[in-house]
Amino acid sequence: MKKILLTLALTFLLSLFTSVVFAQDPTPSDDEVNAVASQLYCPVCESTPLDVCPTEACRQWRDLIRQQLADGMTEDQIKQYFVDNYGARVLAEPPKQGSYWLFYILPPVIILAGAIILFRSLKAWTKPIAAPASSGAERSEPSKDEYVSKFEEELKKRK
Amino acid sequence: MTETTNPKRGVPIWVQIAIWLFIAALLALVGVTLSKRQQGTVQPGDTIPNFTLPLFSGYEYEGQNEVKLSAFEGKLVVLNFWASWCKPCEQEAAELEEAWEYYEPNGDVVFLGVDYVDTEPEARAYLKKFGITFFNGPDMGTKISQIFRVRGVPETYFIDQSGTLYYVKVGPFVSVDEIKSIIDQKLP
Repeated sequence: MKKILLTLALTFLLSLFTSVVFAQDPTPSDDEVNAVASQLYCPVCESTPLDVCPTEACRQWRDLIRQQLADGMTEDQIKQYFVDNYGARVLAEPPKQGSYWLFYILPPVIILAGAIILFRSLKAWTKPIAAPASSGAERSEPSKDEYVSKFEEELKKRK
Repeated sequence: MTETTNPKRGVPIWVQIAIWLFIAALLALVGVTLSKRQQGTVQPGDTIPNFTLPLFSGYEYEGQNEVKLSAFEGKLVVLNFWASWCKPCEQEAAELEEAWEYYEPNGDVVFLGVDYVDTEPEARAYLKKFGITFFNGPDMGTKISQIFRVRGVPETYFIDQSGTLYYVKVGPFVSVDEIKSIIDQKLP
């Protein structure tokens, strides 16, 4: 009796396992393919991400990605395959290595330098012109340009 | 009592020089990149640097699965860039194979097919469909096409016995005679 029960239990467990296996869809969906394809660019159609590129070459690449996903390759492994075969320029994001670091370093450096220059310039433009060093009551008066003073004197004379 | 004012602090001269040098280097880099893009393909008269072409299985050279251009020193090399997704390539595939079969027995001309930005199953199907027998392999990392600054496919480069490029054909050949006429210019 025990043997029968054990056999039934094992059969039940085995049937559960196989049903789970058969329930899996072996063909990756378009969304799964496009999730990887959107991170790649075909060198033939520059500036067009692989997931929306309409050419035959791109269709072949997407089919290849589908096959690689079905074979169990990870996203990183697929991207590495494309880099090995077609060069790093196929990546939407340059790899963080070698001279490609420039793509990551240069923009923030340029923006930072621009911000510093802008800040200094604005500071210089908004700073009031320093009064000449003097003493007593004169110090509180705003300084006058020599030419403006003469101009005002001439105006007074004419009145 | 007199009041002293601080002299206005400017950007140090070395910082200014560094900034200008940086901007100049950046502009030079952009200039060189743009200039390279506008250059087009390599030109006749240019010496072709050595490169390695991995070969598809079934297309090996003397049992090796890759071949260097330098291995063909003293021979005329016809380097054809193609792809399975390229319709114009199909127009010339049969002509190229026919020309290869014509020159192969003498051994003084070598045909090399470079599969550009392609997938291997489709490339193999293409080679089989057109019965291509000359050496063929993928352009791994698009390194070879970058040497030649290939703009599209098909493009064919004729390299003479001294390793100098002497003719560039952009687009498909219209006949075997066209291919022969270009090759025969450099054969004794």
